[in-house]
Amino acid sequence: MDKLIIQNIHKRFGDHEVLKGISLTAKAGDVISIIGSSGSGKSTFLRCINCLEKPHEGTISLNGEALRMQRAKSGELIPADHDQLQKMRTRLAMVFQHFNLWGHMTVLENVIEAPVHVLGMSKAEATERAIKYLRKVGLDERAQGKYPAHLSGGQQQRVAIARALAMEPEVMLFDEPTSALDPELVGEVLKVMQALAEEGRTMIVVTHEMGFARNVSNHVMFLHQGLVEEQGSPEEVFGNTKSERLKAFLSGSLK
Amino acid sequence: MIDIIQQFWRQFLWSDGYHLSGLAVTMWLLSLSIAMGFVVSIPLAVVRVSKAKWAARAVWLFTYVFRGTPLYVQLLFFYSGVYSLEAVRNVDLLNAFFRDGYNCTILAFALNTCAYTTEIFAGAIKATPYGEIEAGRAYGMSKFTLYRRVIIPSALRRALPAYSNEVILMLHSTTVAFTATVPDILKVARDANSATYDSFNAFGLAALLYLSITFILVGLFRKAEKTWLAHLRPASSH
Amino acid sequence: MFLYGFGPIIWQGTMVTLELAVLSLLLAFVIGLFGAAAKLSSNPLLSAVSTLYTTLIRGVPDLVLMLLIFYSLQIGLNKLTDWQHLAQIDLNPFASGVITLGFIYGAYFTETLRGAFMAVPGGQIEAGRAYGMSHWQVFHRIQFPQMMRFALPGISNNWQVMLKATALVSIIGLADVVKLSIDAGKSTYKVFFFTTVAGVVYLLLTTVSNLVLMWLERRYSIGVREAEL
Repeated sequence: MDKLIIQNIHKRFGDHEVLKGISLTAKAGDVISIIGSSGSGKSTFLRCINCLEKPHEGTISLNGEALRMQRAKSGELIPADHDQLQKMRTRLAMVFQHFNLWGHMTVLENVIEAPVHVLGMSKAEATERAIKYLRKVGLDERAQGKYPAHLSGGQQQRVAIARALAMEPEVMLFDEPTSALDPELVGEVLKVMQALAEEGRTMIVVTHEMGFARNVSNHVMFLHQGLVEEQGSPEEVFGNTKSERLKAFLSGSLK
Repeated sequence: MIDIIQQFWRQFLWSDGYHLSGLAVTMWLLSLSIAMGFVVSIPLAVVRVSKAKWAARAVWLFTYVFRGTPLYVQLLFFYSGVYSLEAVRNVDLLNAFFRDGYNCTILAFALNTCAYTTEIFAGAIKATPYGEIEAGRAYGMSKFTLYRRVIIPSALRRALPAYSNEVILMLHSTTVAFTATVPDILKVARDANSATYDSFNAFGLAALLYLSITFILVGLFRKAEKTWLAHLRPASSH
Repeated sequence: MFLYGFGPIIWQGTMVTLELAVLSLLLAFVIGLFGAAAKLSSNPLLSAVSTLYTTLIRGVPDLVLMLLIFYSLQIGLNKLTDWQHLAQIDLNPFASGVITLGFIYGAYFTETLRGAFMAVPGGQIEAGRAYGMSHWQVFHRIQFPQMMRFALPGISNNWQVMLKATALVSIIGLADVVKLSIDAGKSTYKVFFFTTVAGVVYLLLTTVSNLVLMWLERRYSIGVREAEL
């Protein structure tokens, strides 16, 4: 069954067209990696999925429910119904490049915040859930009372993943989750993401980690200048590369 | 100094025999104006940084006027100026309100500290890390929830050092209250001065009282910063 | 008629306020320089005295200090003149205002200037020494100009606070813009109008100072790159 259908996304910043019509379909359990050089539009595309960026064209639908949009004066499409957008966002949990944990809340408070104050869950239930997911990303009780600033980057990103998991979302969106980490901390985050993929979670991952794209995902999209240049299974994309641009990109990044 | 203390200690601390006076009045003026200024300044700070251009400008104008003129002149304006207007004296309610030095003092003090506090909070709101706001949006928070749970709690904590400074400046500013016949610490000191002609000790005693309150407030705010700003301190161990 | 004929008097009061503020600023700045030097000196007695001065002064309301100094200074002078069998010297409110404001805000300037001195990188001073400059040359050619750049935001802030604090000097009887406005209000029965005038005068003074200080800050920040955000 198709969980997430994104069609024909266009996005401009001023006169510059960053996305020139990108579509994506994710079935339950899909792990889709989006790769491409910086400036290819891959992060912008991901951010259009939950409307952190407002697209100029395109449709977004989750579990068969289309997000209702209307045109703003600026020419962008904006959500017509904020409640619908907010509900949809709770089912599309995002993990950010710079973690974006709430600095004034402890680890545990970060993870229970949205379940309690957005989903309306009881504090006790949310805490139970938070502890479960914190454990899953490899953080024990000692970490729960700490503030984000007192954790390493890798730990912060794992908290951010637990925060996303605690929403029990339909689809998880990862925006370059390891790009801001020191090289020695990348592994711990990738390991957690691989475990989630193996559980059958639906994930869309913008990444520079070719190893992850090749070994963990079941579909790879290569974006170039706002268009999908090549896509397919990792075997096809990495084993039998057709596009010259992708070949050049891979030889650069797979040195 | 012993003479003045023996004669005036009760007035300096809490009562002149008929009314509250001295320390009690000073603390009452301070806490009431600070509390009112705080409550009003939060919504004003939100409007001040909002995209509603005209509302934001109106708040800016309010803070600019109250921060650009001396508190003493503001107090004169309400206590002498407004009360001198026929239009005010002819309305019973307004007449009763502005005739009372206490009311005018609290009004001027609350507006004054509200203006400074609004700017402090607006600055702190503007300094909210953008990623934290974006994370709130991505997790389905409404604008109200985002302000209530993320932006304001984080901004108030960041504002604490500047805010504690404002509270202490406000304590020092309460000394103009005696010009509106409010019997605060300084008014008692002036009474003691005219009764004894011992100016150095009369005002010195007041200075000591204010100094002690300042130190206590600084201590309390240090404690508060320890609790509320723990997330901004570098990790204690390792 | 403009200001009901009180235009010249309000103008005169405004000038008194400005003179008071500027002279107090100069005094406070000089006290601040010495205070900062004392606080940073290796002499423990000097730095303790300076710390005591800034802590006490900044912990007590300016109006209380003003009354304390104004009345005590007069009494002290009287004792002195009695003892020397001289005629009594009456302190005028203007001189007392300058002395008290300068003394009070000297404490704030001490803190501002101390921070600014410490912000000048030690390497700058070493470089001066290494090129054979004397102590005075290092201070005058290198430390002072660089320190001023760091001190300017603090000085601006102190000036704005001091300018508004001048209003308190009318309480000890100085005929400044506040006092003269009150008098004008009383004699014309236009109290509301004249208290507003006093407020407007201060608002104009703070606005003009804002503009001047912004210009100065731009001028003094030559050679500093702002972080791009």
